[in-house]
Amino acid sequence: MAQDTLEASANTADLTAGKSKVELRNVSKSYGDEWEQQQVIDNLSVEIRPGELTVVVGPSGCGKSTLVNLIAGFEFPDTGEILLDDKPVTGPARDRMVVFQETALMPWQTTYQNIIFGPKLRGDLKGNALREEADRLLVKVGLSEFKHKYPLQLSGGMQRRAELARALINNPRIMIMDEPFRGLDAMSRGLMQEFFLRLFEENRRTNLFVTSEIDEAIFLADRIIVLSNRPANVRKVIEVNLPRPRDYKMLNSPEAYEIKREAMGILHEEAMKSFKSGSGSDFAEAYGKADS
Amino acid sequence: MTDIAQPSTHAAASATPRKRSRLQKLWQNQSLWRGITAIIVFLFFWEIGSRWDEWFGKEWMIPGVGLIPPPTDVAATWLEVLPKVGYWESWYSSFKRVLSGFLMAMLLGIPFGLLLAVNKYFRGIFFPPFEILRPIPPLAWVPASLIFWPTNEMSIAFITFLGAFFTIVINVLGGARNIDVRYLRAAQSMGASQWDLFSKIILPGTLPSIFTGAAVGMGITWEVVLAAEMISGGGTQGGGGLGFFIWNSYMGGSLEQIVVGMISVGIAGYLSSSAIRMIGDWYMPWKRLF
Repeated sequence: MAQDTLEASANTADLTAGKSKVELRNVSKSYGDEWEQQQVIDNLSVEIRPGELTVVVGPSGCGKSTLVNLIAGFEFPDTGEILLDDKPVTGPARDRMVVFQETALMPWQTTYQNIIFGPKLRGDLKGNALREEADRLLVKVGLSEFKHKYPLQLSGGMQRRAELARALINNPRIMIMDEPFRGLDAMSRGLMQEFFLRLFEENRRTNLFVTSEIDEAIFLADRIIVLSNRPANVRKVIEVNLPRPRDYKMLNSPEAYEIKREAMGILHEEAMKSFKSGSGSDFAEAYGKADS
Repeated sequence: MTDIAQPSTHAAASATPRKRSRLQKLWQNQSLWRGITAIIVFLFFWEIGSRWDEWFGKEWMIPGVGLIPPPTDVAATWLEVLPKVGYWESWYSSFKRVLSGFLMAMLLGIPFGLLLAVNKYFRGIFFPPFEILRPIPPLAWVPASLIFWPTNEMSIAFITFLGAFFTIVINVLGGARNIDVRYLRAAQSMGASQWDLFSKIILPGTLPSIFTGAAVGMGITWEVVLAAEMISGGGTQGGGGLGFFIWNSYMGGSLEQIVVGMISVGIAGYLSSSAIRMIGDWYMPWKRLF
């Protein structure tokens, strides 16, 4: 924690950004008691490379959110280890900020109060420095005019941008995005993806992005990690070599199409497995695909 | 709390360019006029209903309404009663009982509910007995508390307290337990200590439920105080309260005065719940956005 506090600075030229990596080594996690166990993650080894945008995709309910909780330190693995820059993760800390599904802004605080929550709590940024940094981020996410509004007064897209600012002010070593744009309409989703991409390409802070949308994954990612059905394991790692800065038109390129075809194939296979293995079996039969 | 109570900034942001005075606003308030009209119409039909038999003979008396004194008679009686000290003493002693019972319930109920919510051992020990005592109606406690407490006044205070206490506790507990875990996790990531989590997330997050509990609890308190005052006959030393005022009017056979007492209770209850709403609006500016 000591060096984290030192890193908290208002300067934009952040030397540490983009240099951090996360490694998961043979991580397993299950829920329940000794009589009834549900294994969610099985012997998973993943590397989130420094300065890259790693996207995790997988069928719904495969344990993506559990993965986020483990890396963020909200939960702990049963076996295996999680390393941030070669040091084991011991709990939640400001070096790994999570942007949650839907919105997790505190409804009783204004946009500004939400953004300054972390630094104000720790006291590592005070007075004018804190105000200036918050204002700079508000400008960056385009919410200066909504500084004193409450989250419920903001649109879905604005809420996500406010949340991005709230995470960024803590100057994390890695950003963890857990399906951050879920629940947005298609239009704002597209705009948010572009906005987020510009933000990432600016200083390439190590980023883990979880989604269930394959187009979103291809558009954003340096690498896509395709997870298997529960218990989650790495099915395939796909390098996305589309040039940066990215553009929506690139999704129509042959390369993007090839990635999409491959990933969709795996995801469909895994989704069918979940139909067969669990609660979805009768559903699969109804669609006549039980033995396909 | 200073972070939360900043209604001035919000008001400034949404102020209209053309400023209206307070009086103008009140005058132009449509819902206020609707409310006044509704009350006038209600009084009008009540008056006609209860005077029908006077005008058209006994055989035309409207059942029910015909027996109730008309609002004009009630108003006349009210004017007679208004200057009397006893009437205002009734207000005073009922209000005193309601407020003391209610404040005690808030003072003990909020911390108790929060403790139940945040500590699972505390919950394991105290929740089961609480849940057994909760369904007992406050009035069922009357005989026991008359025996237990040395004075009438103390047993009324105790029963009043019980009426609000259970409601407040159950609301606080439910509210605190339903706080989105993501708020707590986000705060933890940003370096919040256990105390920070409690004071900056759980407490403001529970505030809406605290005020819901307070509003419901206040209503129950009035019910209980009135009933307790009727049962106990009120203190003989002039502090009978509005409940005793109504009961006394019944014993004296003054129908008009019964209605005066009832309406007084209505007004008193309305004033109490408005006060809670106003305090709630003040403390939760994010709740009155729409």
